[in-house]
Order: sequence, then structure tokens, then C-alpha cells
Amino acid sequence: MPISPDEVEHVAQLARLELTDQEKRKFAGQLDAILTYMEKLNELDTSGVEPMLHGVEGRQPARPDSAGPSLPRDEALRNAPESQNGFFRVPPIID
Amino acid sequence: MLCLTAPEAGVRVSDMEYEPVIGLETHAELLTESKLWCRCSTRFGEPPNTQTCPICLGMPGVLPVLNERAFELALRAALALNCAINRPTFFDRKNYYYPDLPKNYQVSQNYCNLGEDGWIEIPVDAELRRVGIHNVHLEEDAGKNLHAQHGGAHYSLVDLNRAGTPLLEIVTRPEMHSVAEADAFMHTLRRLLLYAGVSDCKMQEGSLRFEASVSMRPAGSDGLGTRVEVKNLNSIKAVRGALEYEIERQTRRLREGRPVEMETRLWDAERGRSAVMRTKEEAQDYRYFPEPDLLPVEISDRELARVRASVPEMPVLRRSRFERDYGLSEYNASVLTDSKQVADYFEACVAAYDSPGSVANWIMNEALALTNRRGIGIAEFEISPERLAGLVRLLNEGRINARVARDIMHKMIDTGKDAPTLVREEGAEQVSDRSALDPVIQQVIEENPQPVQDYLAGSKKAVGALVGQVMRLSRGKADPKLAGQMLRQKLDRMQ
Repeated sequence: MPISPDEVEHVAQLARLELTDQEKRKFAGQLDAILTYMEKLNELDTSGVEPMLHGVEGRQPARPDSAGPSLPRDEALRNAPESQNGFFRVPPIID
Repeated sequence: MLCLTAPEAGVRVSDMEYEPVIGLETHAELLTESKLWCRCSTRFGEPPNTQTCPICLGMPGVLPVLNERAFELALRAALALNCAINRPTFFDRKNYYYPDLPKNYQVSQNYCNLGEDGWIEIPVDAELRRVGIHNVHLEEDAGKNLHAQHGGAHYSLVDLNRAGTPLLEIVTRPEMHSVAEADAFMHTLRRLLLYAGVSDCKMQEGSLRFEASVSMRPAGSDGLGTRVEVKNLNSIKAVRGALEYEIERQTRRLREGRPVEMETRLWDAERGRSAVMRTKEEAQDYRYFPEPDLLPVEISDRELARVRASVPEMPVLRRSRFERDYGLSEYNASVLTDSKQVADYFEACVAAYDSPGSVANWIMNEALALTNRRGIGIAEFEISPERLAGLVRLLNEGRINARVARDIMHKMIDTGKDAPTLVREEGAEQVSDRSALDPVIQQVIEENPQPVQDYLAGSKKAVGALVGQVMRLSRGKADPKLAGQMLRQKLDRMQ
């Protein structure tokens, strides 16, 4: 099923991306090609095959629960466009 | 407190009875020292943005590492809630944009939750009722936004100290049908989480938060109506208020023949009402996908058995055991099992001195009264259970009276000595020897003609005043029962 420019627009909005009409058409074609390719996998009979949980083998290591040093606050705020009284300052949020 | 408008004129209002169908999502911050994916501290109330690092700030190129304690606590909670455990379990990204979420996604679980299909028993009308737990999963908390208005300029301030704090989410099945049931569920769950030691559940610090989903259906039917979600419920009281409001609002709409819209509402505790936050059309699309930065987490049989063994006896069961094994009243058993610390303290006392009734009374009337007044928990009480048991033993054996015992308890706190030592040092042993009391009784009768006359004139109560004098003269050491008996004998002979 071909991907429509509207679907591209929806996905772009979710990712907070602004696309031109030309880009939407272009990405629709690309996404379509990728999904059609992936469709091919459905032709395989995977019954009896354990689902793969992750692309990397192995299991998640864990660390002990002990607190360590954090960044100095100035350092933490340094990349922020705006800060105030030790806070990040952002445009107003309307809940 | 409900402020809903009256139906418009001309609208036919049905009198159909509806019942609510309620589900609750509970968020509980886990009791860890450090965050879920990094070593930043989780301490509450520190200056803003002093507990952050590249990992919890969402800087590119960093890799999260799982906090083993957080995982264990989540597993313990899932087991305490009778869940089936997914082995292995894995994490997913929940994608949304909000300034308190620096990575633009929250690491959570969606496709393979740690625990599923559990249940909890809640007390409803003096019986236990099961509420199904749909799932229990582990995720990270977001930061905090502060909405500021300064000289006409609107902006928001963000503190990311909380971002990345381990958070347990517990999702019930929609199986509660009244505000009272939801209330019983929240209290029972809170006590369970405290008992299991997984969260401090301090609602004033945001350690325990709720979201509710409510729909209405004709009473007695088993369909499901359109569901409304209510967010921003930061206390049990807020949930109650929001549920009452929502039940009233939806019932009114249905009776007026207007459909309930599927939407998310935000509770305003101050004004006692909720307002639409987003409609169905604006519903979030979180685009969950497996978290590529974390591998699946395996739980070995041995690990599972170890954590299962760390799940304490749950409060409801402990209460009935206290009634059964120690012969305590329902009330005493419920007070003593309200917190795990108190229940542990009681059982340690009984292990040292097998007199559950008097130990229970002494803990409830004296020890807890004192710790409550001082605003400390029994775990911080200076007197160990063994020593408190020793004190109660002296009292029960008649070697000290209750007044002296109370006095000794305070001295135990001040001096750190045990009861027998203090009783010996103070010479506080109760005088229950007739020959030792006799001169005191004699003196009291001679020095207090008025009560003596009253007694002889038939006012038997007057003996109380005389016993008081005996206690005063003996510096509290006389056995008051014996003193009363001896006084009455002597006075009766004077008639």
C-alpha cells in the first residue's frame, strides 16, 4: 500500500519536522520503498522461530545503586538558550 | 464542591441509573539512592538542576546503565502484586515532546512489561475483593515544570533533578465501581508499597501519583462506556474529588441524552473541577519502539527466588494472623499492622516476652503515643523492642505500677539504661508488702479527715482521694490496688 503525502505529513508532525510539499512527495516514495522491502520478510515462514528481542546479543548489565557526583549546575545549563535562577527557561507551556 | 450547570430548558432528562467503571494508574517513585540510568542522586528538595549529568540531560552519545536496585524493587512490587513475570523483559521508548523530558522520549515498558496479570485484595464492606492488575512496569520519571508569570512575560522554568528517577507504574484493570472502592484500592496499594519497602509513598513530595480512567454504564450491565482519563491527581483526596466530579458530570450528560466525549481531562484540586486537556482527535501517538540502547534484562531462577523471598507478608494477611495467633482485637491488629515497622516492633517485643495483649496495649497507648507526638517512626524510637518487653514484664509481674512504668520509660529514653537497672537504681519497685504500707495508710487516714468523713458518710468514691495521698507519700511506688483494699478495710473497721 503506497504511503501518501498526508501520512508523511502526520509522521513529520509527530517528529516536529517541517517539510515542503516536494520533500513530502520525495519521502513518501522513499518510505514506500523501505516498507515494500520489509513486506518481503512477511513471505518467510517464521513459525517456531524465537522472536529476536534486540539486534545485539547478550543481556543488560546492571550497576550498584550508589549516587555519584553530578555536573556543576553552570555546566548543566551551559547549552541552554536561556536560563534563570538555576532553571532552564523555556517558552510558556500551556497544559 | 461540584459546580455543574443545570440542564438546558426543554431537555428531557432520563432517570436511568448508571454505575461507574474505574481504572487507576499509579506512579510510585522507587526508594533508590541514584537515578535509573545514571548515578545522579534522587534526593528530594535540592536546588534546581544540581542533580543532572549528560545521561539524564539527554546529551547525544551517552549510554544508560540499569540501576540493579531499582530493577529489584520493581520486581519485588510486581511479585507482591501477584503478577506473572516476563523473563526476559525489555524497555521501550515512549516518544513525546515536553520541556521536562530532555530526551524527547521516556524510557518505559510497553511490549513486554516486567509484571502482568496480577491482583490485589482490597477491603470492601468488611470483605476482601480482588482488583486485577493489568501490568506493573519500570520507567523513568520526568523533570518538573514551573509556570511563571513575571511582569506580563509568560515563560516556564524547568528543573531536571527528578528526570531519570526510577518510577514504578501500576495499571489496574477497569474493575472498580465506586469512589469508595477506588479509595480502598489506593490505601491498600500504598500500604503494600510501604510494606514491601519499594517506595516512601510521600504524596506531598510527589512520590505517589495517580491517573484515573472513568466511564459509566447502565447499572447492572457489563458493557463499557466511553472512557475519560483524568490526570494531575497528586493525592488520594484529589482522586476522590476527581472521581466524584467525573461520575456526576458523565451521569448528567448521559441522562440528558448527550454522549460522553473520549478525552483527557486535567484535575484542578483548588477549584474542585476538571477541564479538557486534549480531545480524541488530539490523542497522543507515542510511537513506542524497543529501546535500542538497552538490552533485554534476564532474571535467573535463583534471582527470582531470592526476590520472591524478600516480599514481606502483606498487611491484610498479617492483620488476620495477629488476630488469630495473638488473640488481638480487630482494631488492635489493624493499628499494629498499619505500618510494617510497628508490626515488626510488636513481634520482636512478643518474641522477648510472650504476653501479646499487654505488649499491644503498651505499644499503642504509650510507645506510639510518644513517637507520634515527637513525629518520629517506631524504627527511630530509642527503646528497643527487647527493652520495652522487659518493662512490660516488670509491670505485669506487679513489680512496678503503671505510673512508675511510664516514668521509667521516659528515663530509659533519657539514660539509655534498661528497665530493671533503672527500677533498681531508683528504688522504684512497687511496695506490695502490707507491713510496709501499713504506716503510710495510717498516716494518710490521720492527715485527711475530710475524705475519711465522706467515706464513712457513705461516699465510697472518697477512697480514691486517699489512695492518691498514699501514692504521693510513697513517691508513686505503692501498689494502688493493695492500698485501696487496705484503706477500705481500715475505714470499714472504724464504722
